[in-house]
Amino acid sequence: MTEEERIEEPRDQFPVGMRVLAVDDDPTCLTVLATLLRQCQYHVTTTSQAIMALKLLRENRDKFDLVISDVHMPDMDGFKLLEHVGLEMDLPVIMLSAYGDTKLVMKGITHGACDYLLKPVRIEELKNIWQHVVRRKKIDPKDHNNFESKDKHHTANGGGQGATSAGHPDQNVRLNKKCKDQDDDDEDEERDETDHDNDDPSTQKKPRVVWSVELHRKFVAAVNQLGIDKAVPKRILELMNVEKLTRENKYRLYLKRISSVANQQANMAAAFGAADFSSLRMGALSGYGNLRTLAGPRQFQSPSFLSFPSSGVHSRLNSSSLNMQGLSSSRMIQLGNIQSLTNPVTDPCKLQQPAVVAGSQSGNILQGMPTSLELDQLQHGKGVACIGELSTAINVPKALAVPSGFPDMKVNVGGLDNALVGFSKNSLMLRGHPQGSQGTGGATGNSFVVGASLGSDFSPQFPNHDRCKNNWQSAQSPVFSTSSLPSNDHQKCATLGPSDMRNNDSATAAHIVNNISNLPCMDAVASHMLDQIGDFQCQEAPICSSGIPNIEDIPKQTWEQDFSNRSELICGTNSLASPHNVMGPLGQSFNSNNTMFSNNMELNMIGQSNCDDPLPMQPHWAQKSALEPILDSRQGYPVAQRKVQENISNSISSIEDFMAPMVKQKHEDTTFMDGDFGCDFYSLRTCS
Amino acid sequence: GYLDDQFVQLEELQDHANPNFVEEVVALFYKDSSRLLLNIDQALEKKPLEFTKLDGYMHQFKGSSSSIGAKKVKAECTLFRDYCRAGNAEGCMRTFQQLKKEYATLRKKLEAYFQ
Repeated sequence: MTEEERIEEPRDQFPVGMRVLAVDDDPTCLTVLATLLRQCQYHVTTTSQAIMALKLLRENRDKFDLVISDVHMPDMDGFKLLEHVGLEMDLPVIMLSAYGDTKLVMKGITHGACDYLLKPVRIEELKNIWQHVVRRKKIDPKDHNNFESKDKHHTANGGGQGATSAGHPDQNVRLNKKCKDQDDDDEDEERDETDHDNDDPSTQKKPRVVWSVELHRKFVAAVNQLGIDKAVPKRILELMNVEKLTRENKYRLYLKRISSVANQQANMAAAFGAADFSSLRMGALSGYGNLRTLAGPRQFQSPSFLSFPSSGVHSRLNSSSLNMQGLSSSRMIQLGNIQSLTNPVTDPCKLQQPAVVAGSQSGNILQGMPTSLELDQLQHGKGVACIGELSTAINVPKALAVPSGFPDMKVNVGGLDNALVGFSKNSLMLRGHPQGSQGTGGATGNSFVVGASLGSDFSPQFPNHDRCKNNWQSAQSPVFSTSSLPSNDHQKCATLGPSDMRNNDSATAAHIVNNISNLPCMDAVASHMLDQIGDFQCQEAPICSSGIPNIEDIPKQTWEQDFSNRSELICGTNSLASPHNVMGPLGQSFNSNNTMFSNNMELNMIGQSNCDDPLPMQPHWAQKSALEPILDSRQGYPVAQRKVQENISNSISSIEDFMAPMVKQKHEDTTFMDGDFGCDFYSLRTCS
Repeated sequence: GYLDDQFVQLEELQDHANPNFVEEVVALFYKDSSRLLLNIDQALEKKPLEFTKLDGYMHQFKGSSSSIGAKKVKAECTLFRDYCRAGNAEGCMRTFQQLKKEYATLRKKLEAYFQ
């Protein structure tokens, strides 16, 4: 009765009348629970089957405020249900179980539960469950403006996020935990808003959405669901529910960047914003993260990035598609910004744009750039934003730029325009917060790859890579986030994704794939990326701090041994410049890349001697070549991916490869390497 | 005693709107748990014992019994689970017998209570 009414109103009567859905296979418990809940004056619906519960929830999202579910159920695991709810509906979910092992509780949290109760349930405990709903809602209103709030929510802290950094995608909301269910809140907001919103969120604190694997998965799932075409960030976000962090984070960052950067970016952002942003954001974030990681986690961030960007940028841009350069520079700037993580990314974005634009034209290059940016950006969205911005302007690489999402970076890559977007997406994907990306490589997997969509050339995919990469670490490339790809055109991603990725790292690919799979588009790319990454063997490593922040993450992937060195690639990010080589030579033998990388490596290289590997990469590169095509398709993502893989070692080479392929495939790794290399590698890294 | 606070809480839940709440819940519990017990019995006959499955059953059983506040039964459940985890077949069997005894006792008592 009043429940409905209540709902309409601001729920002043809340918590009375709160609508709860209770799920438990044990009829005794269910009955008792229902009765207890009714005692609390909640409105209760019960079901003993998880499947039924999902059905009910799907029928009408607004029918329920809260879900309480048993952990141990015959038809579906409680955690799985939890994830679904989080992803799809973004409702708070409370877990219930007779066992309260720390491990189980932890599992619940990581899957996004906002609380864990022990059986038998006491009424006192139930009296307070409404707080979770409120918390979430709080963020919503804010989020609308801020998306970020949502992200924040993810952490179930919703409140925490509240900072709503206003839609800062960054809100990443500590996605770390990826409160999937929570995240969605933000996402719902749909950042579409055209990026502009984010303005500040980035600063807010963007909770860097940690592109956790989960997110990535979600991302990928979302992307898949949406289909690459429609993998609009928004949608993805929605799907991801949890993802809250993403779009906003990345997107916002991206937006910020863009707005800050210039209209260009705004345009891009807008463009991307819609789609990419999500991705980018993610990617951006990731990218950023990636970049960061690449950069040598933060090395770049501060001064490193700056330096790197320049070097990376320069080196790469020149040769690589400019995009990169443009991006690189921008990115670098961003990167530099990223340091501040806060939204400096936007700045870089701006920078990027100009630079990127120049370079990015080729787009591909940017990819590399973004990554770096992203790295810096880790800022999350910022990078992405920047990248995104760049993308639009440049190729979208900006998106890559958004290092945070690196995905933006990806965008830079290659056709950055869209690629960036792709990246953005990727970025978004990457969201993983590139910042964190260091390890996470900026969720990189995501965006970057996605980023590719933009330019397809780019390695946007790479962003995903980054993301992926980043995630790799965590999740390993969930980033591949198809998110980036999904929307943008994933063109690349789609195509590239799988193929490219494959080559690289089977391992990584796995991750990437994971990530990628998440991202429908990205998946393809991701897979490619993965492959690539695999190849890259994400050398996890050291991802050459140069930018390949993401790549570092990827190291996990054991990308093919070569990549191991790749981490060095990150160093290669410097070599990103070399990626230029990659661009063309991709097939050529990464050697050139390697050389390039070497160059880059030197540049940024953080000294990554690791980059050494890049040379060895060559063999990989060959793979990369394979990847490259993917990269292109990926939008650069593959490249990104590869990049990631290469990340470290080959990253540089890959970058080169990317460069070439980026354009084509996305050498991603290589190409990205150029500018993005940092990023890409990042991704790669992450992948690795 | 055989029942703990939970049961008390259940009783508190019973009101004019729900006059037979407790009785209903208990009846539900017995219905559900008989089934479970049967499953466990059967599982225990299989050799070698499938501890995972047993653990699962016991988890459920524990949940139910704790919902109605069957303290002793619940304790046996925990014990049973421990044995399962340890892979101690002998211990499992023994505990289960004990559990069944407790369960039967409780049932009798509750029936009397409701008369």
